[in-house]
Amino acid sequence: MFGIGKRDSTLLIIVAIMALFAPFILNPFPTGSAMAQFNAGYPDLMQRFVIFGIFAIGFNLLFGLTGYLSFGHAAFLGIGSYAVVWMYKLLDYNVIPGLFLAVIVSAIFALAIGFISLRRSGIYFSILTLAFAQMMFAISYSDLIGRFLGTTITNGETGLQVYTSDPQILIDDWESVPHLLGIVEMRSTYTLDAGAWSFDFNAGYYFCAVILLIMFYLAIRIFRSPFGMMLRAVKSNQQRMNYTGLNTRPYTLAAFVISGMYAGLAGGLLASMDPLAGAERMQWTASGEVVLMTILGGAGTLIGPVLGAGFIKYFENIFAKINDNVLHSWFAILPDGMEDFMVTIVHPFVGKGWNLTLGLLFMLVVIFLPGGLVEGGQRIGRVFRRRDRNAGSVEADAAKQRNPAAE
Amino acid sequence: MSFLNLTRRGLIQTGAVAGAGLALPTYLRADAHAGYTNAPTGNTVTLGFNVPQTGPYAEEGLDELRAQELAVQHLNGEGDGGMMNTFSSKALKGNGILGKKVTFVTGDTQTKSDAARAAAKSMIEKDGAIMINGGSSSGVAVAVQGLCQEAGVIFMAGLTHSNDTTGKDKKANGFRHFFNAYMSAAALAPVLKSAYGADRRAYHLTADYTWGWTQQESIAAATEAVGWETVNNVLTPLASTDFSSYIAPVLNSGADVLVLNHYGGNMVNSLTNAVQFGLLDKEVNGKKFEIVVPLYSELMAAGAGANVQGVIGSMNWNWQLQDEGSKAFTKSFGEKYGRPPSNSAHTCYVQTLLYADAVERAGTFNPCGVGEALEGFEFDGMGNGPTLYRAEDHQCFKDVLVMKGKENPTNEYDTLEIVEQTPRAQVEYAPDHPMFAGGELGQCNPGA
Repeated sequence: MFGIGKRDSTLLIIVAIMALFAPFILNPFPTGSAMAQFNAGYPDLMQRFVIFGIFAIGFNLLFGLTGYLSFGHAAFLGIGSYAVVWMYKLLDYNVIPGLFLAVIVSAIFALAIGFISLRRSGIYFSILTLAFAQMMFAISYSDLIGRFLGTTITNGETGLQVYTSDPQILIDDWESVPHLLGIVEMRSTYTLDAGAWSFDFNAGYYFCAVILLIMFYLAIRIFRSPFGMMLRAVKSNQQRMNYTGLNTRPYTLAAFVISGMYAGLAGGLLASMDPLAGAERMQWTASGEVVLMTILGGAGTLIGPVLGAGFIKYFENIFAKINDNVLHSWFAILPDGMEDFMVTIVHPFVGKGWNLTLGLLFMLVVIFLPGGLVEGGQRIGRVFRRRDRNAGSVEADAAKQRNPAAE
Repeated sequence: MSFLNLTRRGLIQTGAVAGAGLALPTYLRADAHAGYTNAPTGNTVTLGFNVPQTGPYAEEGLDELRAQELAVQHLNGEGDGGMMNTFSSKALKGNGILGKKVTFVTGDTQTKSDAARAAAKSMIEKDGAIMINGGSSSGVAVAVQGLCQEAGVIFMAGLTHSNDTTGKDKKANGFRHFFNAYMSAAALAPVLKSAYGADRRAYHLTADYTWGWTQQESIAAATEAVGWETVNNVLTPLASTDFSSYIAPVLNSGADVLVLNHYGGNMVNSLTNAVQFGLLDKEVNGKKFEIVVPLYSELMAAGAGANVQGVIGSMNWNWQLQDEGSKAFTKSFGEKYGRPPSNSAHTCYVQTLLYADAVERAGTFNPCGVGEALEGFEFDGMGNGPTLYRAEDHQCFKDVLVMKGKENPTNEYDTLEIVEQTPRAQVEYAPDHPMFAGGELGQCNPGA
């Protein structure tokens, strides 16, 4: 279907079904039950799942295919957000012009940064990208450009917001929040109550999910194309490529720009869901996060980065909210002494300690499943599927490049 | 290319998927119900406490959380009732809010606008929080206030001192009890004049974000009005931890007062650096060199230790106040947590009670009704004397404290002493004052 192989089609369809039914899948526990704490099916988090999924897919196009580890990808995320908010400020709350601008501007920045950084490889490349990203973070955090021009460009630490005094030349009276071409507001949500359960269907989420599917499809096409093959060749041995007389730099630069555009789009979507752009989005921690997502999920695989993104965002938003009160209610059935003991044991790992839990899990994954969550899935699959086909699964082809049907 | 290489089955499959996709929007329309966001349905109501639990202001955030938990207890009729007994409005009866038991959820702002908004959104969307309270940074307060306006819930700001929160960034759904930079300056200037004289040259180090800018602007304007001269203003990045490179030039600038427009860890570090450089032992222009910290907090003073001794600053409230409300709150807080409350804890506690009281008086949780009940509300017994929630900009007007680092502290909480309680009339300003101009409240938004 759509010119991709059967297995890739299956994968795409699985992702599509998961995206379509996410409000059900992520809300398995009845509202009001003790387990409702673990429900993740509320609009904001679902939006984050898919947006960071897009971000990680894009990052993986660079890191997974060429092996170039960019440590400054969050810069493009921030640029995308600023672009969208600026379109709100200048035009109106329609997200479409902003998203186009986000992709274009991040492509320009990626071209400039990539052109310089790609002159080096390995750790030097990582450091260069990190330096550029931190530079851009510092510029936007103190709004140096804005101050130089005597105006506001990023609004510093407060973050860029839309004010009623902004020009907004296309604005209509009814517009107060981001919307898609006036058809539907991003934050409008339909809540379906089914017995004890309640499911949120959010317009913004589905908008992001459709874009995720398109981006996922594009990623598959790039993975399976001769261009993708070239990138994998760069990863396996760039020097040999150069000796054969091939100039690899245009390929890596193209990959870097595409990857930057994915990040810009993700940043733009963040601002489409929530009309604010903060400089923290560009900080090195945000750049590190996408590296974690990709490695945790499985670098170089198609679905891995999406899984990794979901995994990390789930921890950040769900585990971080478990406080001592919640713990006490969990262990309430135990005798008093035991209850306090259990709470003391669990306490460092939840709430503000969610980073600790995530760090431990990350270590376990990297040590025991170097291929990330995808490898874990494959191993489980192999236990159940006795006849072990040579390849293992769809993902294993990623490295093998089987030519799809009619190229 | 194989793009158009369709099989019949492929066409049907694709068509089905596309059809489902197209049909989706008709199915997904926001339904109007209850008239406002998160209308409480059962016999409980959920408040959302959004405070920094990690990052540079984590200490403050934890103290805010303690106070908020205490407020919830008092609202539900547990404990000794604290300020509910001294509060001039008697609408609260200790049976929850409008008869509904109060529960709460917490979020971590990480002192980052993005994270704070995500945390607030999750409390509103997932946990059904009816209001958001707390926070310890003006950048975050402005960001969360904007979010609450869009989402249609009330935002009761915690510690936020920037003029912008109720100035150019004010919102109809946002309310601030804490004082602001203008008020600090108005209270400090006369005290500084009488303590250090009218002929002084001030050098400003300013944290580079919304709060720092407005505070510097306010202090410079107020001190210049009493005759001081502003020699220089240097902006320091918020993330700085070492200020020695900023302190050295102060000595050669001919200034005899250093104003530190810093807060939290920034202030602890810059003050420590300044004292280590021996600034306080210097004599410039024939006068003793002085340091001013316009916004104080107990937790900062404790962090800076002996360095704060003799340094003048301002505060919203202090546990040493001897009015009935302050005494009741300090006692109640002290009994529960074994320490006196900080002024950020006080403001979050009071904001929670004020919200609950406004709901009781309005008879509804609808943000528009609550907002109306808070606007122009006059009250007393909350520790700052007679207080007004001004309708024009949702800013509270009350007395301001001028504090000084104690020379001989007796214990770790006894670091500051009250120099003067500046009366409310002296710190009031017109709603259209130039430092607060540029924004508008807009319409209250009840959401859904």
